[in-house]
Amino acid sequence: MIGLWSVPLLFALPLALGILSLLVTPAWRPRLIFVGLPLLVAASADVLAQLVLEGPRIYRLGDWEAPLGINLVADGLAVGMILMTTLVASLCALYARVYLRDYPASSSFFWPLLWLLWAGMNGIWLAEDIFNLYVGLEVMGLAAVGMVALRATPQALAAAMRYLLAALLGSLAYLLGVALLYATYGTLSMAGLQEAASPNPTTHVALALIILGLLLKTALFPLHAWLPPAHGGALTPVSALLSALVIKGSFYILMRIWLVLGPEVTPVFTAQLLGVLGAGAVFYGGWMAWRQHQLKQLVAYSTVAQIGYLFLFFPLVTGTGPEAARLAWDGTLMMLLAHALAKAALFLSAGNLILAVGSSQISHLVGISRFRPMSLFSFGLAGVSLMGLPPSGGFTGKWLLLHSAILSGQWWWLIVLFLGGLLSAAYIFKVFRMSFREGPQIDRSITPPLTLDVTALILASAAILIGLTAHLPLFWLRLGSPFGAG
Amino acid sequence: MSGSLIFAWSGVLLFGLGLFGFIAHRHLLRRLLAFNIMGSGAFLVLVGLAQDGRGVDPLPQAMVITGIVVAVASTALALVIFRRWYRTSGRTDLPEDT
Amino acid sequence: MAWNALILFGVLATSLVASAVIFLLAESRHTTRSVFNLAAAVLKLLLVGWIIRGVYQNAEYELRFTIIDGVDFILHADALGMMFVGLSSLLWLFTTIYAIGYLEKAPNRSRFFGFFSLCVASTVGIALAGNLFTFLLFYELLTLSTYPLVVHRGTRESLRAGQIYLYYTLGGGALLLFGVVALHVLVGDTEFVPGGVLSGLDPALHPLLIGIFLMMVIGLGVKAALFPLHAWLPMAMVAPAPVSALLHAVAVVKAGAFGIARLVYDVYGIEFAFSLGLLGPLAVAASITIIYGSVRALAQDDLKKRLAFSTISQVSYIILGISLFGPVGTLGGLVHLLHQGLMKITLFFCAGNYAETLGVHKISELDGAGQRMPATSVAFTLGAFGMIGIPPMAGFISKWYLGIGALEAEMHWVLGVLILSSLLNAAYFLPILYRIWFRRRERLWCEEKVLGRFETSGWLLVPTLATAAFALIAGVLAGMPFSPLYWADLIVSREYLQ
Repeated sequence: MIGLWSVPLLFALPLALGILSLLVTPAWRPRLIFVGLPLLVAASADVLAQLVLEGPRIYRLGDWEAPLGINLVADGLAVGMILMTTLVASLCALYARVYLRDYPASSSFFWPLLWLLWAGMNGIWLAEDIFNLYVGLEVMGLAAVGMVALRATPQALAAAMRYLLAALLGSLAYLLGVALLYATYGTLSMAGLQEAASPNPTTHVALALIILGLLLKTALFPLHAWLPPAHGGALTPVSALLSALVIKGSFYILMRIWLVLGPEVTPVFTAQLLGVLGAGAVFYGGWMAWRQHQLKQLVAYSTVAQIGYLFLFFPLVTGTGPEAARLAWDGTLMMLLAHALAKAALFLSAGNLILAVGSSQISHLVGISRFRPMSLFSFGLAGVSLMGLPPSGGFTGKWLLLHSAILSGQWWWLIVLFLGGLLSAAYIFKVFRMSFREGPQIDRSITPPLTLDVTALILASAAILIGLTAHLPLFWLRLGSPFGAG
Repeated sequence: MSGSLIFAWSGVLLFGLGLFGFIAHRHLLRRLLAFNIMGSGAFLVLVGLAQDGRGVDPLPQAMVITGIVVAVASTALALVIFRRWYRTSGRTDLPEDT
Repeated sequence: MAWNALILFGVLATSLVASAVIFLLAESRHTTRSVFNLAAAVLKLLLVGWIIRGVYQNAEYELRFTIIDGVDFILHADALGMMFVGLSSLLWLFTTIYAIGYLEKAPNRSRFFGFFSLCVASTVGIALAGNLFTFLLFYELLTLSTYPLVVHRGTRESLRAGQIYLYYTLGGGALLLFGVVALHVLVGDTEFVPGGVLSGLDPALHPLLIGIFLMMVIGLGVKAALFPLHAWLPMAMVAPAPVSALLHAVAVVKAGAFGIARLVYDVYGIEFAFSLGLLGPLAVAASITIIYGSVRALAQDDLKKRLAFSTISQVSYIILGISLFGPVGTLGGLVHLLHQGLMKITLFFCAGNYAETLGVHKISELDGAGQRMPATSVAFTLGAFGMIGIPPMAGFISKWYLGIGALEAEMHWVLGVLILSSLLNAAYFLPILYRIWFRRRERLWCEEKVLGRFETSGWLLVPTLATAAFALIAGVLAGMPFSPLYWADLIVSREYLQ
């Protein structure tokens, strides 16, 4: 019974805090996290406990029946995403509280937007019907755009505008697809669609619109152009939140819809096409990341590349055997979690390094390993996971994907994983190379506040640890999924 | 052609027109207007198609109202960013470099 | 059982914890760091001694937990693994002592010792790994932890060497990963079992198995510096002497050779590998590397470069021994894993002593070093004699058993390789000895320094003499219990009796 409050609290609380933070003076806004974070952590832990003890469950908001009422589903996948969000966003919030002291004007609007973003994300993870997914997507997207614009420099505004246009186009395409599906099947719920769906032209058009819209929002190559300026140019905690969590929102929706409609309704070549685009993202993003001169742009392009790995899910799960499909599910989710942790850590530690040397140029990092080893160490740990080297979540995910690709006989994805890993090593070690070079003998760098280093280190360590203990999170994530029984 | 299909096709037409405007124009205000036209098209499809033979279905109405709220919020945010952008850079369009 | 698992974990944890603590200590706390590091090394050695005794008495030491369904993290102490663990922990202690002296007054010591300990932890992990997954995990960790050591000096040259090192090792690691995953798909979790796990597979899969073997040998051969995958090793000699000594005489190259031993004995099984026809080509590759390394060593004037090419050649003796089908050849290969480590680390220590004390890096400038630094020069001579294979040095024992193994395996041409390489060894080591002992010094030393009461600092001298003594004892007392030969014999009896 204790659990009844925790599911709705997960998005009611951030919404309430968002409104509250607009009512208090700017100086008080950061302090609200000391109320909000413990409550959200408790609610997330409670949702996990319920999942483990009682299995996946459906929660009816206000006891209204669907379709007019709103159903929330707390299955393994949703709970996994909630925990990821709580961990990453809490640490980013702690980081931001210290980091934003230097940006008082941006700080006052950061906090309301953060809560709004959080509410939107939790809404997406829990939504059971495709229209509530749309609402969650919009809430999250608008908050994210607002956060990119916080810096208010011309570059940031242009990046935010570009991001907004892409996001709006994407969500309208998605909405039109939803309209067509509703007109055809008279239902919006995932379960209802799964029962009713059949291959016909309207469904194909609807799915095509939905997929295209979500690809644009996930920034899959070649629809990625808005991402690097937005993620690379934003304030550091914003970059971390956007790259680690926000793009996962639209990918999550795509994954859910694919599992409900994809295998029966879509032709097999769609899955292969998504995989090919993913491969293109891995290569192009990795190559562009290697070519960057600005540290945060490098990290942003790395996100473009890492998104590509997630899209190997579609060809590996469609039309393959149950074992290969389960491995693809496990592998993709491990990749997703590891990327969320590692990318947040990478952005935060990159922010620390930039703070230390006072420049975002990679070439100005010369000799920094001597003076700021801790910031660099977090960057390194996160880099290990992104390169897919053991022991890390990125490695475990890569292992599972490799296994799935071999088992389903799709050897061409091996090449993507092979070259992708080497490319990411190339751009990560580019930063290291510079930092190990012996430069000036006198320490001219600034020491970032301890909180900034510690939050980055916790996230980076989590990215490593999740690889060693992958068994448990993967077991939870499978609860209530099509791969649950195995 | 039944009534619902007329609505739906008009919606699709509006969506297409809006999409064309969204892509073809560079002026940000025009693109924003185009976005709103697209949105109206999508809402028309949503309401129109659902009328078919089932009487009045309340659900699309609810969805369209929600959708309009979202569209208004998006437009407001876009206008705020556009105003700031126009003030700082003096431009009405985005720079071409990616 | 739980106690045993804890002790086993302790062997790994001593270096891991040492590494973490060293990273956290401030750069200026040199004494605390040194004390802690040495204490960890001694503790580890004690634990290793305890486990060696246990393994000898057939006690079980195992630690496992599940990573993902069907893949376990396994640490397991067997005779083969403990040989490598024993070598690394013994040499970790000596190299730490040496490094404390060598890096006195140098910057970035915290980073150096931290990664150094991490690197030893990875080596121990490689040795104790109970399945291919765990092996791969530590194998890649070794790559990552050695990179900062290779580029430690931060010069353009060392950064370039680090880059090359990464190209080779990351590429090799990726190939190895594919092989491991492919075997995993075929037979599930590939635990190391004497006699291997693959021989029961459908004969239709044999060509695939050959392909996987090739891929994995390339992946492991990069670290073992098999020709033509060796180019990174001489370049990596820009690293400080203790790094060259431990990492390039012991940890990295031995990790590759040890991995090939695991692959042949405990994954494929020596008999199955033989029946697939994999051993012949491996022997050829090893022989080519032996000759090639020796020939290239002849042409080097830089002392460390000459030693590096000598390493390339000598490590392939181990691989040659593995590829000789029959117990005696195996014995020769495995015992060389220990012998070569002891001898080569002595030589690298000596090279470091000459460089630190006299500022000499080139062989042509070593004239008369024997008079200025007699103890170091004696150690160098012992090591060089061992490498050439002069009785009763340890190197002789290895070559003797390799030779007999070749005759038993009816691969007579291997004898020719052994003789030729011994001649080449003599050709590149004896001129150095001649210069050290019989040439007179006519000029001043490049940058002579007075370090302590002896010919050089005690921190540098003691480890050098100790390892030289071990190399000598290993040869002279080869027949005694717990000598390297004795232990290798134990491994062979356990591998071949399956």
